[in-house]
Amino acid sequence: MKFVDEFRDPQKARALIAQINKLAESIQAQHSRPLQLMEFCGGHTHTIFRYGIEPMLPEWIELIHGPGCPVCVLPMGRVDDCVALAERPDVIFTTFGDAMRVPGSKKSLLQAKAEGADIRMVYSPLDALQLARQNPGRQVIFFALGFETTMPSTALTVLQAEREGIENFSLFCNHITTVPTIKAILDSPDMKIDGFLAPGHVSMVVGEQPFQFVSQAYQKPIVITGFEPLDILHSIWMLLKQISEQRCQVENQYARIVPPNGNEAGLKVIEQVFEIREFFEWRGLGSIDHSGVRMREAYAGFDAEQKFQIPNLKIADPKSCQCGEVLKGVIRPWECKVFAGSCTPETPMGALMVSSEGACAAYYNFGNIPELLSKRQAVEKES
Amino acid sequence: MNRSQRHFNADIITLAHGSGGKAMRDLIDHVFVKSFDNDYLKPLEDQARFDLAAIEQQGDRLALTTDSYVVDPLFFPGGDIGKLAVTGTVNDLAVGGARPLYLTCGMIIEEGLAVEDLRRIVMSMQSAAREAGVAIVTGDTKVVQRGACDKLFINTAGVGVIPQGVEIRADKAKPGDVIIVNGYIGDHGAAIVDARGEMALENTIQSDCQTLNGLIEMMLTVCPDIHCMRDATRGGLATVLNEFAEASEVSVILDETAIPVRQEVRGMCEILGLDPLYLANEGKLVAVVPASYTETLIAQMKQHPAGRESVIIGRVEGSPAGRVILETGFGGNRIIDMLVGEQLPRIC
Repeated sequence: MKFVDEFRDPQKARALIAQINKLAESIQAQHSRPLQLMEFCGGHTHTIFRYGIEPMLPEWIELIHGPGCPVCVLPMGRVDDCVALAERPDVIFTTFGDAMRVPGSKKSLLQAKAEGADIRMVYSPLDALQLARQNPGRQVIFFALGFETTMPSTALTVLQAEREGIENFSLFCNHITTVPTIKAILDSPDMKIDGFLAPGHVSMVVGEQPFQFVSQAYQKPIVITGFEPLDILHSIWMLLKQISEQRCQVENQYARIVPPNGNEAGLKVIEQVFEIREFFEWRGLGSIDHSGVRMREAYAGFDAEQKFQIPNLKIADPKSCQCGEVLKGVIRPWECKVFAGSCTPETPMGALMVSSEGACAAYYNFGNIPELLSKRQAVEKES
Repeated sequence: MNRSQRHFNADIITLAHGSGGKAMRDLIDHVFVKSFDNDYLKPLEDQARFDLAAIEQQGDRLALTTDSYVVDPLFFPGGDIGKLAVTGTVNDLAVGGARPLYLTCGMIIEEGLAVEDLRRIVMSMQSAAREAGVAIVTGDTKVVQRGACDKLFINTAGVGVIPQGVEIRADKAKPGDVIIVNGYIGDHGAAIVDARGEMALENTIQSDCQTLNGLIEMMLTVCPDIHCMRDATRGGLATVLNEFAEASEVSVILDETAIPVRQEVRGMCEILGLDPLYLANEGKLVAVVPASYTETLIAQMKQHPAGRESVIIGRVEGSPAGRVILETGFGGNRIIDMLVGEQLPRIC
C-alpha cells in the first residue's frame, strides 16, 4: 500500500537497528544504568507493540510508555459525569468508541448503554452535530476528548453549530494539553528518563516551539516522531545520536507532517473556543496545573458542564493500582501488583489497561504473560 | 379453492402473519414452501422425517449444529442474511468433516418488514442451499411487534454425516504441521462496515460469504488426515488459531507477509484501527495439516472456486504452548491473543 509500506520496510529496519546498536554500544560505556526513553503518545506505544519493536532493540534501552492516551488518563469522576449526562432521558450522548469501556466508579458508558441510556458511537464531532440536526427535540452531547490533536475539530464543530444556530448541541469538554503533563513528569523526583519521543500528531497542531523547554530547561533531548515503525526506529536513533554527541535539542523526525510552526489556523480556533483550566485531574498522575481546557464564556451555550448539572465528584484511583508509577517509568507495567491478576483488559482496574493504546493493555495483549509474571516474581524477590 | 391457489398480495409483514391463522398459512405457502420446494417440507407436518438407512450409508456419525443470524444491514455486497444463514450453518458442519444434508429455518420477523425483502432473502437461502446440496426441511415463523427485534433474525440448525475415518479436532495440531487458509481474510467484516455507510468509503468491499463443503470434500480426498479445521467467522483468524494452540497445547507461528489481505480491507483497517486478523470471514477455513500433504493439497485447493487463493500462512511448533505468535513483516514478533470485547457488533 502506497505511503504505508515504505515506512514498514524490514530491510531499512535492519539497517537502522544496526546503527542503533552501534551508537548504543558507544553510549553504554559512559552510562551506568539502562537508558530510559519515553514515548509520550499512546499511538507510539501501539506501534511499538504491534510491530514488535521493543525486542529488536538492545536490552540496555528501556522504552517507558507515557501518559499520552487520553482515554487512559480520564479520571473515574469524569466517567461518572459522562454516565450521569448520558442517563438523562432528554439526552443523546455521543462518544468515540474507545471511551465506552473506561470504568467509572459504578459503571462504564457501555454498561449505561446496556441499561437503556441513549449512547451512540461516532467517528467525528460532525457526526454528533448531524444527530443534533436530526433530533431537534433531544439534547445531543459530544464527549470531547483528546490532546491538541483533536481540539481543532471540536472547536470547528462548535463554531459550525453557532453559525447554524443549533441550540441542542453541546460538548462535555475533557480536552487535555501535552506540555504541562510532560513538565509534571520531568518535575517528578523519581524520574529517570534520558530522552523523549514527542507526539507527532499533537506537534502537527502545536509545532516544535512548545517542546523547547524540555531541551533548554531540563537538558533532555526530544524528537518529534511519526507513527510508522520506521519512524519510531529513526527517532530512537536520532535520540541516541544526540545523547552520544551530548546535545539536547528539539528535532523533528516527522517533518513530512509537522511544520515547525504547527497548524496556525487550528491554533486560532482552539484559542477562540477554549481557555486553560487552572488544573485538571489525571487518572494515575493526580491533579496537574493548567493541563486541561474548558470552553470560553462566549460559548457557554455549547458547554454541557454549564448547561446541565453534573455530579463533578472526585473519585480516588483504586489503591492497589500503580498506574502513576508505570506512567513515570518508575516500574514496568508487569511489575504492578495487580497486572494480569485483578487488572486485565476484560476487567480493567487501572487506566492503562483500558484502551489498546495503554501501556499495560499493550503488554497484556502482545506480551507473554507467564514469562512477565515470573519476571515480576524475580524482581519482588530481589527487593 | 385449495390453499396454495389463494392469492398472497401483502406488501408488508404484520402480526397476523405470525398468528397461526390464514395469513400465516399463506405466507408459509407462498414464500417459504414455494422457494424451498422439497418433499420433506411439503407435507407441512410439525417435523421432517428421514430414512435412517439412507443416512447410515454415508458415514458413521451424525453432526448437528445451530446458529442464529442477526446481521445489520440485511443486504450487503456479496450476500444477505439469508445466504449467510445457509452458508454459516453448512460451513459449521463441513469444517468438522461432515457432509451437510438438512437445514431447519426459524425466522423471527419484526412487523413492517417488506414482503419483497423477505422473498428475496428466502430465495437467496434456497439458492445457497441448492449450491451446497442441502435441503431446508422444516421451519418456524414468528412475527414480533415493532422494536422487539430488528427487521429479521434467522436461526438455522443443520444435520450432516461424518464419513468413517474422518477425525478433525482442535486438539490434534502437532509440531511440524502446516497452517493453510483458503484465501483473503477479513472481507466479510470489512464489507459489513462498508455497507453500513457510516464511513463513507469510496470502495465497495464484497463479503466472502460462500459455502465451503465442496472444497472441504475435495480436501479430504487429497488429505484424509486433516488435523484441525474451523471456519474463521466472528473473532477472525486470530481466534481460531488461539483455539487450536490452546486445545493442542502447541504454539502457532504465523508469517504476516504470507497472510492474504486485500488492499481495500487493509486500507479500511488502517483508517479505523482494526486488525484484519480479528475481522470476521464467512467463507474462509483455517486448516492444520501434516506438512507432507501441503504441496498437493494447496495445488488441488487452487483448482476449486472457493480455494483459488489458498496459501500456507504459518506452522505449528512445540512451545510456547497455547500461544499464537506473529512474525511481523517488519522483522519483529508479537503475540496474537483472543479478542477482548466486541470489535464490531452484529456482523453475522
